Amino acid sequence: MSGTPDLLALGDDALIAAQRLAEWVSRAPTLEEDVALANIALDQLGAARLLLTAAGERMAPPRTEDELAFLRDDHAFRNCLLVELPLGPARGDLDFGWTTAWLLLLSAAQLLRYTDLAASGDELAAAIGAKAVKESTYHLDHASQWVVRLGDGTPESHRRMQDALDAVWPYAHELTEGVRERWLALVEPVLEAATLTRPADRWTPSGGRLGQHTEHLSYLLAEMQSLHRAHPGASW
Amino acid sequence: MSAEPLWEVFVRPRRGLAHTHVGSLHAPDAAMALRHARDLYTRRQEGVSLWVVPAAEITASSPDEKDPFFDPAADKIYRHPTFYELPEGVAHL
Repeated sequence: MSGTPDLLALGDDALIAAQRLAEWVSRAPTLEEDVALANIALDQLGAARLLLTAAGERMAPPRTEDELAFLRDDHAFRNCLLVELPLGPARGDLDFGWTTAWLLLLSAAQLLRYTDLAASGDELAAAIGAKAVKESTYHLDHASQWVVRLGDGTPESHRRMQDALDAVWPYAHELTEGVRERWLALVEPVLEAATLTRPADRWTPSGGRLGQHTEHLSYLLAEMQSLHRAHPGASW
Repeated sequence: MSAEPLWEVFVRPRRGLAHTHVGSLHAPDAAMALRHARDLYTRRQEGVSLWVVPAAEITASSPDEKDPFFDPAADKIYRHPTFYELPEGVAHL
């Protein structure tokens, strides 16, 4: 992820994150939060489309965003493991505290990646980065607001927030490769304000950037790709 | 979560115009209310500034008071500028 910007990896992160977040639609704790999460999911999808289109144009032979999104198998995806995890302790779970912890780690890293992209000499990549920076800034703010409220809330919400943070923290190593120190500078003050304990760095699962994924990605792709594979080229 | 208080939302469409009431939402506190307002009421570039006000803090007129409050204004035509005839020689009024 260092040197030339890896548009495919960034695009896959955004695409898989969008699909995960979309699971919240119609199921969030309040109507207001439902719209907020759907907004963030659509921002992620918008960034994914731009990034995958740009990445596909540079491939030989060139590939479209739809080909990249719908016609690749799991081992060809370059997203980090964090984004493919279920948004709760087990597959099919939807845990709101878990989701806010996940979004905090993810959006802080995306903000840094997009900031670097915006400053790169690659004109197209820089334009995509500049647009996405504003969106990621808001995603980080939204996640931070909730992490602080839940972490510094009731004993029950604090315990669940800490459990969720502990569970997703190891996956942030792969997510933040090359930007770890800057990322910690964004995330640690939020954890402190939330009275949460920053988890120790121990287990560091990785492999997503190489196409070695958890089983969760296969289930996610099956749902995301089934329509396109059954009806190639279908449009609304 | 329905115990979350109600907030009234005001949007200023652009600089120079006043904030206008656009609707309401539920949120646990002011900061979240402001963010929900951004997501619910400025999705299509409706505004450049947002206010959120706790609905409980608004003192409203009662429908029962409608007659004494508003009806007396109906026949006070002298409150409208058109009631007055322009004096001779006033050019710039």
